[in-house]
Amino acid sequence: MTTDTVLDALPPEHGEEHDVHHIRKTAMWVFLGSECIFFGSMISTFLLYRTTTGDGPGAELFNVPFTSASSFVLLMSSLTMVLAHHAFERHDTRQGRVWLSATALLGATFLAGQIFEFTEFVHSGLTLSTSPFGSSFYMLTGFHGAHVAIGVMMLTAMAILSTSGRLHHGRGLNVELVGLYWHFVDIVWIVIFTVVYLLQV
Amino acid sequence: MTLAATTHPTPRLYWMIALILAVVTAAEVGASYVDAVEPVLVPLLLVLGAVKFGIVVAFFMHLKFDRPLFRSLFLVGVFGAIPLFVVVLLTFGAL
Repeated sequence: MTTDTVLDALPPEHGEEHDVHHIRKTAMWVFLGSECIFFGSMISTFLLYRTTTGDGPGAELFNVPFTSASSFVLLMSSLTMVLAHHAFERHDTRQGRVWLSATALLGATFLAGQIFEFTEFVHSGLTLSTSPFGSSFYMLTGFHGAHVAIGVMMLTAMAILSTSGRLHHGRGLNVELVGLYWHFVDIVWIVIFTVVYLLQV
Repeated sequence: MTLAATTHPTPRLYWMIALILAVVTAAEVGASYVDAVEPVLVPLLLVLGAVKFGIVVAFFMHLKFDRPLFRSLFLVGVFGAIPLFVVVLLTFGAL
């Protein structure tokens, strides 16, 4: 049985809820589709300038084992996010809150790793204005980091709302929408990790 | 019967998917250090990255089970980024 079939089987008084559900989810997918173009342009720009390091450092600064660990953390946060969504769908608020908090914690860990990495790079002479390579690298990874930070804030807010009983089953769609955003942040990093880090070493 | 029970995979499947993603990531990192795969490293990493991308989108984002409309909206974005990528690189003579 598909989602459509289940929703279509709802009583008439749920029709409006069905429409709102569909509209909000459609809007989220449109947003994510546009974000693909946004990050696609950023990645293209990085590839364009990947060798224009001038007199400054380049990809030799990358610490692939460290970034691999960060990538693993972000990848696992997608697992905890989907488990949170699953728990809320099953009306298990306590379990959902645990997984939401775990996701926020993993996201914060990824951000801490990125801040550490940026600090190391700046100390090694790679700043935003060192070279086109530096500018495009910080723009791409910085914007991704900003997306992760926004996601962590949304996850934290949802975990707090759930403690006060304001994230009941009827708000399950909110968890689903935040989940879609979070998984998107993860898949963008899958591309960045491959193209920016692994292929440049 | 809940919506979750009818349309979403089980937590067990999610854990298995996470394990597959971890193994693929380890393979990616390992491959980037092995000299023997150097000639095919770029296509290999792109394929492995695409596999991870597809698994997350299909199972964690439920696109495999959700409405075809959502799949179309997302694919417009993904496949819209590819010509953008080519045009940018062609414009600046990088291709």
